[in-house]
Amino acid sequence: MTPTTDTHADEGTTLLVEPSALPARTRLIRSLLRSRELSVAIVLLLVIAAAALKSSDFVFSSDGWRDLLLTPSILLLLAAGQTVVIITRNVDLSVGAILGISAWLTGEVFTSHPGMPPLLAFAIGIAAGAGLGLVNGVVVAYGRVPAMVITLGTQYIFRGIVVTWAGSSLISASQMPDAFLDLGTRQILSIPVLFIVSIVIVAAVGYYLTTARSGRELYAVGSDPEAAVLYGLPVSRRVVTAFVLSGALAGLAGVVFAARYGTVNSGAGSGIEFQAVAAAVVGGVAISGGAGTVWGAAIGAGLLMTINSALPMVGISEFWQQALVGALIIAAIVLDRVLAARQARQLIEARDEA
Amino acid sequence: MTAVDTRAERTYPAYSRPLWRRLLLSREASVIALLLIVWMYGYSNIPYFGDTLTLTYILVDMTTVLLIALPMTLVIVTGDIDLSVASVVGLSSAVLGLLVQHGVGMPVAALAALAVGVVCGLVNGFLVAHVGLPSLAVTIGTLALYRGIAVGLLGTTAVTDFPTSWTDQTARVIGSTGIPTFMIVFVLLAAGFVALLHFSPFGRGIYDIGLSTEAAEFSGVNVQRTKLILFVLTGTVSALAGIFYTLRFGSARGDNAEGLELQVIAAVLLGGVSIFGGRGKLPGVIAGVLLIGALSSALRLEGVTVNVINIIIGLLLVLSVLSTTLLAWVSDIAARRNRAKRPTQTPASVGSQ
Repeated sequence: MTPTTDTHADEGTTLLVEPSALPARTRLIRSLLRSRELSVAIVLLLVIAAAALKSSDFVFSSDGWRDLLLTPSILLLLAAGQTVVIITRNVDLSVGAILGISAWLTGEVFTSHPGMPPLLAFAIGIAAGAGLGLVNGVVVAYGRVPAMVITLGTQYIFRGIVVTWAGSSLISASQMPDAFLDLGTRQILSIPVLFIVSIVIVAAVGYYLTTARSGRELYAVGSDPEAAVLYGLPVSRRVVTAFVLSGALAGLAGVVFAARYGTVNSGAGSGIEFQAVAAAVVGGVAISGGAGTVWGAAIGAGLLMTINSALPMVGISEFWQQALVGALIIAAIVLDRVLAARQARQLIEARDEA
Repeated sequence: MTAVDTRAERTYPAYSRPLWRRLLLSREASVIALLLIVWMYGYSNIPYFGDTLTLTYILVDMTTVLLIALPMTLVIVTGDIDLSVASVVGLSSAVLGLLVQHGVGMPVAALAALAVGVVCGLVNGFLVAHVGLPSLAVTIGTLALYRGIAVGLLGTTAVTDFPTSWTDQTARVIGSTGIPTFMIVFVLLAAGFVALLHFSPFGRGIYDIGLSTEAAEFSGVNVQRTKLILFVLTGTVSALAGIFYTLRFGSARGDNAEGLELQVIAAVLLGGVSIFGGRGKLPGVIAGVLLIGALSSALRLEGVTVNVINIIIGLLLVLSVLSTTLLAWVSDIAARRNRAKRPTQTPASVGSQ
């Protein structure tokens, strides 16, 4: 990418905006201060602080600390996957159903093979999710149909499959090996293992999106699909990649769900797709594609889940949690709009001065 | 100039089809045909499907979806979407319940519930039309917000002490036809919406916005006002559906009709409305809703479980959307074959015809 911009500059094309004269460190600090991730993180810290002031157990007891980190773990994974899909200007409404299938599959596999190593369960769950994501991706990319409709349809199909398969039965903790269930509660240096898994995954996806060529191309596909085609990017393949990634992460989330809660029924993860989209939107991922980071989405997921448990602490009935989440989403997109308008104005001013 | 003219002359006659073929090959016609097939198959092969009681069940079951699908069609034709409808159902239900619980008369409580719908629609419409935010994001936000207020107001309690003179209305049928009396309200509303979308300049503007917002604005359509009106209509009709839902089950709960938005959108898209906007007709949508209702009822009578029915509805939705692409492929192949068969026409040869 860099060589092309360089040659443009060399050819004497007039640039709209001069390259910044500020030193790199100042620019880094400035962009960090202006970043959406930081502002959401500050809100998250304020929520935690307010709850901790009312009841220090919220953070400083071992149970409180563990729950604070464990509760968002599942949504972190889904939000990361959703971010990748939304960046390509699509949306995946089937992740809740994929989570359900994967969680039930994990239970079933352990019921029929009690001695199976837990790691294999993770692999099976991820593979199943990736397969379902592949179905979504292929239909969306090659059928040339809107992702929202397709994933709405596959949501019905996947959920129908798991409900037909599971019926009204329940897989309980006694049917899963202790080694697996231990993962749900085990801590390393007081940090829950599942939280570490989620953070590592989010970091990996974030690294892929910011550095890998195909990751950068996802942004290009989302910000202008027609231009991406003209430029020669493999748009269909990238869209399939995004859906496979989202499906695989939802599959992983299903295994984590089984490990964390120990019981699985056919309704696991229903409705969580909206929370995943909401986490991404609050975290600054533009629903119109091409912008946003998994970091933002992860912090957004943390905020949504933490508000849930923090509200009773600060004396507000937990029934109001959803209303607050809704207000938060709207505030976040209004903020996006205001910032975008300000940036557009600055760019126009810069052009007029030039 | 002349080159463009001859090209237009050359292409138009070749592609225009007679009106009857256009009507029969339309997306709406295929949905209506599918509905008739399901209905006739069920009538002659499935015991009890022909009963008036089954008809009543199907219609009562689908009333909320039928109602909300009307304004939702208009919103989707403009290229927007409203995901908050089920939450408006829940909120109007909660307000209705709370007011009745505090001794307010039913007519006043129902009007207040409708007013709640208007306000919800205004908020959505203002954020989409005047602030210029994407409707998908706005209504995911208000989906949570309105549902949250409904749940916050009622908690986990349910209000059930509605006057029976009102709840009985939802079960009443016209004579021995099996058609619920409330269907009269739906038919009137549907007629109004058909007139609005298909026979008014306002409706023309809705299609224009769906095809190209910029072009619509340029040709004098008041885009902001149109969008605002449509979201207010969606909110209001959703509140009406909420009142019906509450009275039908005789219970006002904050989580009433959760997930209904997906059913409505699935039905609208099945009815041939394009999610990209600019395409779709109300008769197709009404047929789409009834198709889902008839199909689930027929399958249930045949002993198929609800889960399998959901799988079938999902498949139907995916296939119906894919059908456009598949048909395009087929006609593309056919066109290529035709071109190979026929000697290529030149502008001159067309002119001499």
